[in-house]
Amino acid sequence: MESQSIHFKKRVAGELANAQLQSNMRRFGGRFKMARAKVVGEVDDWEGTRSAGAEARDRALNNLDTWIERFESEATRRGATVLFAETGADVAELVIDICRRHGVKKAAKSKSMLSEEALLNQRLEAAGVQPVETDLGEYILQLAGEVPSHIIAPAIHKSKEEVADLFEREHHRPRTLDIPQMTREAREVLRAHFLSADMGISGGNFLIAETGSVALVTNEGNGRMVTTLPRVHVCITGIEKVLPTLEDLSLLMRLLPRSATGQSISNYFTVLTGARQPGDRDGPEHMYFVLVDNGRTNLVGGDMQEMLRCIRCGACMNHCPVYQTIGGHAYGWVYPGPMGSVLTPSYVGLENALDLPHAATLCGECSVACPVKIPLPDLLRKLREKQVERGLRPASERLGIRIWSWVAQRPRLYAFATRVATRYLRFQGGRARMISHLPLGKGWTLGRDMPAPPGRTFRELYAKRKAQ
Amino acid sequence: MRVGLFVTCLVDLMRPNIGFAALELLESAGCEVVVPATQTCCGQPGYNSGDRESARALALKVLEEFEACEYVVAPSGSCSGMIRTHYPDLFRDAPADLDRIERLSARTYELTDFLVNVAAIARVPGKYRGAVTYHDSCAGLRELGVKAQPRALLAKMDGVALTEMEDCAVCCGFGGTFSVKFGDISAAMAEKKCEHIQASGAETVVLGDLGCMLNIEGRLRRRGDSRTRVLHVAEVLSGRDLKGD
Repeated sequence: MESQSIHFKKRVAGELANAQLQSNMRRFGGRFKMARAKVVGEVDDWEGTRSAGAEARDRALNNLDTWIERFESEATRRGATVLFAETGADVAELVIDICRRHGVKKAAKSKSMLSEEALLNQRLEAAGVQPVETDLGEYILQLAGEVPSHIIAPAIHKSKEEVADLFEREHHRPRTLDIPQMTREAREVLRAHFLSADMGISGGNFLIAETGSVALVTNEGNGRMVTTLPRVHVCITGIEKVLPTLEDLSLLMRLLPRSATGQSISNYFTVLTGARQPGDRDGPEHMYFVLVDNGRTNLVGGDMQEMLRCIRCGACMNHCPVYQTIGGHAYGWVYPGPMGSVLTPSYVGLENALDLPHAATLCGECSVACPVKIPLPDLLRKLREKQVERGLRPASERLGIRIWSWVAQRPRLYAFATRVATRYLRFQGGRARMISHLPLGKGWTLGRDMPAPPGRTFRELYAKRKAQ
Repeated sequence: MRVGLFVTCLVDLMRPNIGFAALELLESAGCEVVVPATQTCCGQPGYNSGDRESARALALKVLEEFEACEYVVAPSGSCSGMIRTHYPDLFRDAPADLDRIERLSARTYELTDFLVNVAAIARVPGKYRGAVTYHDSCAGLRELGVKAQPRALLAKMDGVALTEMEDCAVCCGFGGTFSVKFGDISAAMAEKKCEHIQASGAETVVLGDLGCMLNIEGRLRRRGDSRTRVLHVAEVLSGRDLKGD
């Protein structure tokens, strides 16, 4: 997916004016958040488990090269082929190569955000391979020609009415608003694809170094279909997803489904190791791993490394009041919400996503919810600092902050300036004591009034009181 | 107890009444309150805008002004959170100042937190009567753990009936410069907050940070609600909600 993040403000305006989206977001609202709140209590020491999860991820990341090598040798030993892709374009190239080698015409996909980074569907189609999304949400979006707006609930921005219209148009069957019926319809269409696909493409929630396995966490069962039915299975995932041991996996699995959907465990949890072996009753003949960098190594060992802990649960966006207000598409690239506001500038360039690090109130809900304790507000602030260091902020903004700070360091000048300001604002407020238009704060007064001050500063009044 | 009152720049400029309310509450708790006359801003605008240098300069100024105090108290979770949780980060690579900064941070408190957990006051002077709802401001709640303290203090007032609103701990959309840079998102977030306040049935929303106050009151008035009052918890507890400025 090509980044549109530079147009964030324009996209936000569109989403705020989109009544359908606003109603959908409100309806969905805090559902995941409430579900999560209900199940975290099942774990004896949730906070301690979060800390342990963060430590497990750090252990993997601090020796990432070692664990990737271990993963590669274990996976290879068990009959899989491990390939590395530096960029999104490389991912597509490798997958197309594999398609050619095995005569693949159709690829059934389970959910993979990395394939969005790689524009994989578009590139497969251009190479004559038909990609079919089989995750229900992704399937809906493929029919609609849209991109995901949430990393685990990709079609969260759509109402069932919109989906019903879409299914009626694409499936040529009578329109229904009954969700089980709609799901059945999609299953019937997809079943034929599962059986006729030559290749299955999946993402990977975790890679396990000691066994060379991939772990998949899904709810619809399509993940198992695409990884076992077709002749070839390609698993595409980021290099940072590696865990040293199965013990680490079991720890993180206590955190992931609870943080994501508020489930104690997902409907399906699969650990896949190698291709079909003699005596196996099913499984693909060929298994490939495409491990992707696409900007990740730039974060290893630096001051943003904590971001690589991310296990893609979506809790940060479920808890983000900004995301809940504007939806995921406004962010303009693959990953929305707080994690996206850190990842997008990191992967597509600070200068290509200028607004994202600032599009947060730093309210801290995301970092409190994050199962691996990523200090998201701190990372956003670091990106803001990097923008200032690289001269990427508007001159007026930098000057404004400098002047404020310069004046605030000079108490007598400050006292004078604030006396003038409070009187001016008092005057502006008129009899109602409300300011409806601020020349230097249009952003504020477009949607709100500004309560006017009484016209004298605390310092003035306090000095007077002390003199009495 | 010698307590330095950090008034905060917003209170100084926009609502001095809160400063006097805090002062009176601290005095009623038996504290000797000093108000350094040269105090201005804690440096948070620079810190959150990526300008560490500006923030550091103002942090050193706060240090000079308040170092002699036994405690530093601010009627704001945001500003006390800045001093308590973020000042040490500002000086992590300046060991010469870090030690002094950390000692200042450790004895800096948000007002209600201080009144409950340090001063342990038994009574509050306020006389407010009516139904209120409480908005938890983000920094106070998530950086300093201010949640039960203001409610415990309000519970000491016979006339106050607290009705919790939905999503009381969700951000109101202020976010400092966010409120101007992304005024449309900010106002839409404030709108949700106002809906929850009105749905609670309370006639007053009480809170502990002036940023949220200006945002919420500004949005309430814009949407035509001239009735719901927006009061700082210090104003309610001190009885200064009845006084004009």
